[in-house]
Amino acid sequence: MKAILIRGGRVIDPASGLDADRDLLLKDGRVSAIEAPGKLNGAAKQEAAEVIDAKGLVVAPGLVDIHVHLREPGQGYKETIASGTAAAAAGGFTAVCAMPNTIPVNDSPETTRWMQSPERGAQIRVFPIAAATRGSMGEALTEYGALKAAGAVGVTDDGKPILGDSIMRQTLAAAARAGLPVIQHAEDTRMTGGCSMNAGALAFRLGLRGMPVEAESNLVERDIRLLSEMKNGRAHLHVAHLSTAKALEAVKSARRNGLHVTCEVAPHHFVLNEEAVADYNTHAKMNPPLRSEADRQAMLDGIIEGAVDSIATDHAPHAAHEKEQEFERSPNGITGLETALGLTMAVLHGKHKLPLSRIISLLSTQPASVLNLKGRGSLAVGSFADVVIFDPKKQWTFQASASKSKSRNTPFDGWTMLGAVIATISEGRIVYRG
Amino acid sequence: MPKPQAKPRKEPATSTPQVFSQHSGSLISVADLNLDEVTSILKATAALEGEDALKRMKHLFKRRVSLLFYESSTRTRTSFELAAKQLGADTVLVSALSSSIEKGESLKDTGITLRALGAECIILRHPSSGAPYVLSRATGLPVLNAGDGMHEHPSQALLDLRTILTHLRGSKPAPVSETTLKGVTITICGDIFHSRVARSNMLLLPRLGARVLLSGPQALLPETAASAGPGIAIERDFDKALKQSQVVMMLRIQAERLAGLNLDLEEYKVRYQANSERLAAHAPEALVLHPGPIIRGLEITSEVADGPQSAIAEQVRHGVAIRMALLVRALTSQASGRAASKGKRK
Repeated sequence: MKAILIRGGRVIDPASGLDADRDLLLKDGRVSAIEAPGKLNGAAKQEAAEVIDAKGLVVAPGLVDIHVHLREPGQGYKETIASGTAAAAAGGFTAVCAMPNTIPVNDSPETTRWMQSPERGAQIRVFPIAAATRGSMGEALTEYGALKAAGAVGVTDDGKPILGDSIMRQTLAAAARAGLPVIQHAEDTRMTGGCSMNAGALAFRLGLRGMPVEAESNLVERDIRLLSEMKNGRAHLHVAHLSTAKALEAVKSARRNGLHVTCEVAPHHFVLNEEAVADYNTHAKMNPPLRSEADRQAMLDGIIEGAVDSIATDHAPHAAHEKEQEFERSPNGITGLETALGLTMAVLHGKHKLPLSRIISLLSTQPASVLNLKGRGSLAVGSFADVVIFDPKKQWTFQASASKSKSRNTPFDGWTMLGAVIATISEGRIVYRG
Repeated sequence: MPKPQAKPRKEPATSTPQVFSQHSGSLISVADLNLDEVTSILKATAALEGEDALKRMKHLFKRRVSLLFYESSTRTRTSFELAAKQLGADTVLVSALSSSIEKGESLKDTGITLRALGAECIILRHPSSGAPYVLSRATGLPVLNAGDGMHEHPSQALLDLRTILTHLRGSKPAPVSETTLKGVTITICGDIFHSRVARSNMLLLPRLGARVLLSGPQALLPETAASAGPGIAIERDFDKALKQSQVVMMLRIQAERLAGLNLDLEEYKVRYQANSERLAAHAPEALVLHPGPIIRGLEITSEVADGPQSAIAEQVRHGVAIRMALLVRALTSQASGRAASKGKRK
């Protein structure tokens, strides 16, 4: 593997508090050195390093998405690990965590290893998140120790949330013993049968059944209560794609009480509100649904004030024929890997003036820390050579038709984005050049 | 289409919104129509109704109209079919149970097939809210919404409007405006939540100045209904609502959509049934409407349904006439005079 010298860029590494012009030398898949501009020229020459000129660009730890659906095994017509990670690389990501709702459900060390096998053709690092219960049926726990040994970084039943108190208690306890976080898609599905959007006046007008915010917040509150009753203080609850002010309040209060609770918010939940489905646009249908303007604002505020740990896309590709259906029949989910940085930059940095270091922290450092991905989300010497180089001032237009994902189900087609990825480097290999 | 004024917030973007252009002859939501268009539909309705039957045949002679019905229907289907035939059009009925829909063919593919078979206009009845937009997008044809899920039933609202106007100001068509129904209170009572008829009426009538009162128990009438548009309020006491009303529209309890609701039908009758005693006490002059099908003895008694205040049979007659006008509009319309968000089909 050829060494790479990234020269003249503004290196922002929130993990070490660095934000300065630096040169970065990558060697043998690791960050080998960071020095003042020009100081690494000799070393680079010695290594015959490929030189990337990053003048005027930001050099940051590669982005980390802790919530994606890569659809393999089983649904390669929507996405494959190869196509999904190609989209991720184009979006500046160098690590993604893949949800287990595949076919079959990833509830075994075999499937977990299969997903990480080089034969899958992943462009970047894939960390599987394994099912918390066998077949995600909510009955019998999977083997967390063996799953972790096979590479799983968390457990979840994602779209089939764990509703039973007893099984959730067992899950939290067993995961704590194994040192894995429990990720909950917080939805009390007993309250959301037949629902396809957020509850409220708009749902009434459209004649669609609505999911109340309580379906989310009740389960978050229940999970927090179970966590607080646990003897093992190491248990970690991570709330996936949080979308309501009410659930965010619960998370904040749990943290004030010293509980290990983290949460993520998807870009669509701080960029769009429920009005995006007012024309029955199935490309804006996902679960949790787009919420009211007040909830969207609460997600923004939560991110800005630091209550939200991570931005995660919930990248959920679906084939065109699946989305070209009646709204209620169309599956939930939108793609997100190629629009996450552009939307986050446009809204949080461009509009709300969040500093670049916070943007990078939310998209890389903090998600890596939430799922304990060692050596990721950081440019410290010795870390993996996972790097994104982007132009923070460049506006560009997202064209769904040019997406590297196999699917096109995005509400952001034609949107103007801020922050263009110039190069993505995964463990020392250049995997994308913009 | 639900009102375009409330565009999704697109902060980051000077975006290129994906404006979906609907055929200008389509009628999917009452929001598709401005008041001038309502006026011209009412005018065309009267003209067509009064026309010689043979002359009328020439309007859409040999034009091809498909009726695509995913749900059962008596009134709507028959009246659309009769309307089309009286205008000389050829109709073909495709219903879910006797077609490839049963074999799993999608709405999009069904639409494309009908278009390939020569359909020039599709009348759609479908159990999913918003389904007509899918069909419209897939075919580019004019689509007339004959009822989609719990969303809308715009031709019903137009025929209800015509029935109301005939009673309140005589049968001569005159232009409608924001004040045409000023001072008129219309109570819609019953299963509002599941009713597309209620939604179309509550979105159309206030635009002509009417006040709409919604009445029904919590399970069938959520508080959010009052925020569906301007001019709508909830009055759960049906008697109080009746006292203020010149028109009362009764709705059927939709047993097929009730899944999971615990509704005590006996209590329901006590509080919300339209019966002679109640009408005599609170609204002896009010016009009684019902979109049908009626369940005698439940939401309405026979005495009221067949009584002097009832305009139920009249509504059905207006249905054929209104639907003739909508078919002519669908098959002869050009893009002119359409709401800004609706473009001409390329």
